Amino acid sequence: MKISPEEVAKVARLARLDLTPEKIAQYAGQLDGILGYMDKLAELDTSAVEPMYTPVDHVSVMRDDVARKEYTREDILKNAPETDGSFFIVPRIV
Amino acid sequence: MPDLTQLTLTQVRQQLADKSRSAAEVTEAALTRISATEPKIQALLSIQAEEARAQAQAMDASGPDAAKPLWGVPLVVKDVLATKGVPTTCGSKILENFRPVYDATAVARLKEAGAIILAKANMDEFAMGSTTENSAYFATRNPWDTSRVPGGSSGGSGATVAACQCYGALGTDTGGSIRLPASFCGIVGLKPSYGRVSRFGMVAYGSSLDQIGPMTRSVEDAARILQVIAGHDERDSTSVNAPVPDYVAALSERADLKGLTIGLPAEYWDKGLSPEVAEACGAAVKQAEALGAKTVPVRLKLSEYAIATYYIIAVAEASSNLARFDGVRYGLRDKDAQSLIEMYVKSRTKGFGEEVQRRIILGTYVLSSGYYDAYYRKAAQVRRLIRQDFEAALNQCDVIMGPVCPTTAFKVGEMSDDPLQMYLMDIFTISTNLAGLPGMSLPVGLGRDSGMPVGLQLTGRAFDEARMLQVAGVLEKNVPATGLPKL
Repeated sequence: MKISPEEVAKVARLARLDLTPEKIAQYAGQLDGILGYMDKLAELDTSAVEPMYTPVDHVSVMRDDVARKEYTREDILKNAPETDGSFFIVPRIV
Repeated sequence: MPDLTQLTLTQVRQQLADKSRSAAEVTEAALTRISATEPKIQALLSIQAEEARAQAQAMDASGPDAAKPLWGVPLVVKDVLATKGVPTTCGSKILENFRPVYDATAVARLKEAGAIILAKANMDEFAMGSTTENSAYFATRNPWDTSRVPGGSSGGSGATVAACQCYGALGTDTGGSIRLPASFCGIVGLKPSYGRVSRFGMVAYGSSLDQIGPMTRSVEDAARILQVIAGHDERDSTSVNAPVPDYVAALSERADLKGLTIGLPAEYWDKGLSPEVAEACGAAVKQAEALGAKTVPVRLKLSEYAIATYYIIAVAEASSNLARFDGVRYGLRDKDAQSLIEMYVKSRTKGFGEEVQRRIILGTYVLSSGYYDAYYRKAAQVRRLIRQDFEAALNQCDVIMGPVCPTTAFKVGEMSDDPLQMYLMDIFTISTNLAGLPGMSLPVGLGRDSGMPVGLQLTGRAFDEARMLQVAGVLEKNVPATGLPKL
């Protein structure tokens, strides 16, 4: 067993998802199969291989730090579920 | 004389340019075709009919502009690409009411080139799927046989082009999501090299794998769209600042395949292919030989590790990318939640569908403390070995050929219960994304048993889309015509 229902529940909490016990059991079964399949990679000796995280090797591109105002405050707030016209509003935190 | 909607992009742009057709006429014909066929295939999530009509009329008033290579051509865009003021749902309930305030760079470039954006195409939620059954809204059907899937995740883009609702579409491809639906729908689909096309405004799934590309009814059409969307963009630091060749001119340079070498990986041809796919793709390779190409066996010996590698990297990146959906700045929010954390949890749980949640959990797991090295780092190491495999193979040949998928389009519902089985459908396409290489699907006729289209996959050297297009262009004229679905 690669992944237990308890581990699925823990990871779901980390990912901010609320799963029913039935879903946890279902995902645990499916993920166990998928992770078992992924263990195939252990067959390969990669001890001397540098990880490749992207196909391009220039991801840290420098440019001048110039401010551009392309969007208005109204634009930025347009899609928000709740605002007061100036700010995003969220449930009370403190 | 084919119906106006059945013309290729290349043909219709010529008729628009010489004024034998007006933009309004072409747009109206496409909208009429959409009304007639959409109830059967459900390719589109939203249709911008009024905006398209108004734009076409305004364009007709000022007349054709020779500087705009897609002047007046109606196109469709996958709903994962931001379109200013127009719904962009990613096939997810969590973005049901999202209207971006900007255009994706690829979309902006199409508009600057004179294209008319007609509609947004259906897709598997957040591009996670191979059938377009994972859309939170409805499943798209294959125009060749509506009991079958169109492939995914760009299934709406594939179906709308095959059904002649438009003259081309943009799709996105993280592990085959352009090439698979192109293969299943009998059209051309091209995934550019990683970095060739800006990803700005594409809602990210696997950021190191995603690319935007054209889906069209001819190779030349694909070249024309790629020409417009390719090239460096300062808003995407992974877009590469390299010259973009003239793809259409490259196509006209060749009438045969003399002097070219095609690599045939045993791993893609030797087992697991349905007989009709092996037959149609094999015949296309024979045709390439008859046209002067030399074929050589090449090895991609790590192919059997590609799916595991891909799904670790893709879900890891997805879990990180999808963390932004928190119900604060955009997207669905659960209104009853009392605390901030509860609001995050309830909004995400309500908003994301089952496959998306499964991949977020898997991604969070492979990135979590204690498992990171065993899964994510290990996969990134194997990824480098897979790229080295491809580099060695492409040192021996100009392009690699194989099938896009072991089968033709399968029946709706056939894959829905077993996620691992569905992941295995991507076996031939995902390595291209891991290696960052360009790939395309070329229709090579209908399968003898299913009567469904078969796609041949071409994989080229990095940033050598021109050579891949040339080979596809020559082959297209010499393989049995796939034709159009009778819908």
